[in-house]
Amino acid sequence: MLASVTTFTLQGVQGRRVTVEVDVRQGLPGFTIVGLGDRSVREARERVRAAIANAGFKIPASRITVNLAPAHLRKEGPGFDLAIACGLLAAMGELPRERLASMAVFGELALGGELRGCRGTLAVAEGAVAAGFGGLVLPLDVAAEAALVEGLGVHGAGDLDQVIAILRGQDDGAVPPPRRPPRASPAGPDLADVRGHRLPLRALTIAAAGGHNLLLAGPPGTGKTMLAQRLPSILPPLTRAEAIEVTRIHSVAGRRHDELVAARPYRAPHHSISASGLVGGGPSPLPGEATLAHHGVLFLDELAEFARPALEALRQPLEDGRVTIVRGQHAAVFPTDFMLVASTNPCPCGHLGTPRCRCGPAEISRYRRRLSGPLLDRMDLGLEVLRPSPEELAAAPLTSSAAEREQVLDARARQQERSDRTGTSHNARLDAATVRREVRLDERGEAILHRAYGRGALSPRGHDRVLRVARTIADLDAAEHVRAPHLLEALALRHQLGGGTAAAGGLAA
Amino acid sequence: MTHACDDCLRRTALVELLAGRLEIARRGGRPVRDVLALGDDALLAAVAGRETGAVLQRLRDRPPAALRTAADGVGLTVLCRHDTAYPARLRDDRAAPRTLFVAGRPERFAELAGTAGGPRPPVAAIVGTRRASPDGLEVARLLGRGLAAAGVTVVSGLALGIDGAAHDGALEAGGATIAVLAGGAEIPYPQRRRRTHEAIVTRGAVVSEMPAGFRAFPWSFLARNRIIAGLGAATIVVEAAERSGSLVTAELALELGRDVGAVPGAVGSWRSRGTNALLRDGATLIRDARDALDLVLGFDAAAHTAAAARAAGPVPPPPDLEPDLAALLTAVESGAESLDVLANGTRSAAAVQAGLMELELLGLVRRSPGGRVARVTGAL
Repeated sequence: MLASVTTFTLQGVQGRRVTVEVDVRQGLPGFTIVGLGDRSVREARERVRAAIANAGFKIPASRITVNLAPAHLRKEGPGFDLAIACGLLAAMGELPRERLASMAVFGELALGGELRGCRGTLAVAEGAVAAGFGGLVLPLDVAAEAALVEGLGVHGAGDLDQVIAILRGQDDGAVPPPRRPPRASPAGPDLADVRGHRLPLRALTIAAAGGHNLLLAGPPGTGKTMLAQRLPSILPPLTRAEAIEVTRIHSVAGRRHDELVAARPYRAPHHSISASGLVGGGPSPLPGEATLAHHGVLFLDELAEFARPALEALRQPLEDGRVTIVRGQHAAVFPTDFMLVASTNPCPCGHLGTPRCRCGPAEISRYRRRLSGPLLDRMDLGLEVLRPSPEELAAAPLTSSAAEREQVLDARARQQERSDRTGTSHNARLDAATVRREVRLDERGEAILHRAYGRGALSPRGHDRVLRVARTIADLDAAEHVRAPHLLEALALRHQLGGGTAAAGGLAA
Repeated sequence: MTHACDDCLRRTALVELLAGRLEIARRGGRPVRDVLALGDDALLAAVAGRETGAVLQRLRDRPPAALRTAADGVGLTVLCRHDTAYPARLRDDRAAPRTLFVAGRPERFAELAGTAGGPRPPVAAIVGTRRASPDGLEVARLLGRGLAAAGVTVVSGLALGIDGAAHDGALEAGGATIAVLAGGAEIPYPQRRRRTHEAIVTRGAVVSEMPAGFRAFPWSFLARNRIIAGLGAATIVVEAAERSGSLVTAELALELGRDVGAVPGAVGSWRSRGTNALLRDGATLIRDARDALDLVLGFDAAAHTAAAARAAGPVPPPPDLEPDLAALLTAVESGAESLDVLANGTRSAAAVQAGLMELELLGLVRRSPGGRVARVTGAL
């Protein structure tokens, strides 16, 4: 007797369809699983045997062969247990096969027949919809997550008995799609906690409005981290598509959500992180911090302390908005469209420009060299965060997240209006050709750019970045065209990355 | 054409051969300058000891002609104490080197440093720590620029930090500057200053007492200081820690009866300990290029002051500067030096950033680390 059941496995953050074929025939009794399964797949045999027995069925003393197709795809994890069990039951004639053709199953089995959830449920549910399945049976505890996907009948089951009942049509077990989660204002710290810092606040707003990468330099303890933590609070809310994407990534990474993630991700890995921790990796690739920050903010505190290979690895994700990790025969693609915010001390001791500083020019330039290269080229804005004065500390906050967010939303709306021409929803993602087409400068603007270039305040690769930032500043100003003041401000923020006198050295050339 | 006599070259070859032993002597606590002031026999006895014979043997393998050929090969000119082109001021020092190897035009060096019996042209030495603060670098640069613009030759050691900034300032002003190296004059040391080295060779002179190809030992830097002090009519220390090489230079200058000036610094900063101590001991306080000119040329040097004022004064704004920018510039001039302070008035952060950038592009202000803004001075 032959039966087949459909389930899904994870490839990167996508659900990939796998057909489980079970053949039961006369022969020497045995139980074989073929189809490039890893250890946990081979161990499924013992779990399935015990679970079926404990559910009150007798496994025939026959030759049982399970094939996981496509056979070339490497399969891993315990998520195949339920599919193998269902296939075996169908092959034994205990389940109606026609119903199994329209339903997918996914879940891990306990020896007693109880179902356990696995990571990546949301990706599996999306895969099921994409493959045209009307229903998906899965463990009760992750059913709510799967129900976030529209257009799929989700059936949650507590144990194998209930799965059998659902597949026989005796029980429904349908889990209703969750109510739309209230679009609450994202929690998290507010800009109203910040005292002083007028210029950094402005830079933060510009960065948020255009999705630009930002470098904050300054002595320790001046509030660089505090500012970065508050960046998500002024970003626009996640769209539904973005929210599903973020939730799916979190689900693949093993974090469970019963409703869509509402807040933009904010990830701040420690500087001891490895390259694979940052961009993803491992024998069966898991998403890294860059992917967990997708549609949100990746904050690298003390940029110069990060290992060079880790920073080098960020190059492709920053450029392409995704990272491809190749392992053996397959490649996993993880999305990495994040805003990069980094902080650094101005010199090894952090007190450059004050009498406390003990660093010589050679040490400073060595420290700066560690920073330069891969990442600094990709920074759009840079500025120094200084100690607020006592008066500023005592004064009322300059702004609040709500106020800044309103400006950001207005600017983003303007970028959205252009999006059918530019092909992107935020200026940081404008490609070189589009920048030149969309950002037209008047005569004065051209003269300024020319002058900045001539004085060495602008590098060739900085040129396009400045124009993108200038476009964002114009959007914040509700201006149709980029005018001289917009360009000057963008230059000022770019210049601080490479600015300063020759002797003092800029952060990037 | 200048010539160095065989006797002086033989002495230089001897010092070169004894370089390693001199280093041992330095570590043993013997003052380098005193050792170098010894006659040949006493020097051999002092540092070579029992190996004197071997050293003399090797000295025979390095005849004066070899030193001359090596110098010619890399374009160095050799002078010795018996040469009229040997700087007059250096003769004041009994421990002064017997030979000088010059990279650059020898006539130019003679013109800048002064010759025996000729007039003594104005020369100022500017020295300070390699680990300078941005402020210190700025001051050194301004002094270099102001002095050079007034026709004073700036002497320093090409090191990173203060030395290099002083040279840079002098070169910026289109003036003359002399770099004194511890190793061979044709070797840009430190490497990172090779562009400055190149510029000084063309526009001033780079000198060393050691022959071509000599790689400096730690004692060489102390020995070099006596040449810097000896060449300068006055020595100005910009930033120096306690017990630093720059203070040694200042002491040597005092021994030669030269003037010493020092730039004051914050009482708590380690970089100002040395300079503040000099001031307490009676060094002349130097605030700007004008003070430095007074020190080098004497008071009321009216002829020079005009030039210095041009070099040290702020760059005049163009007449058609917009009122907003003019107001911003006034704010910078009146001491609102940090960006944050500028932004705290009625101006928005955006306006301050844009305005300062425009002033910067016009060459009127300059930003330095710590978020500070400074008015640009000196017509270049």
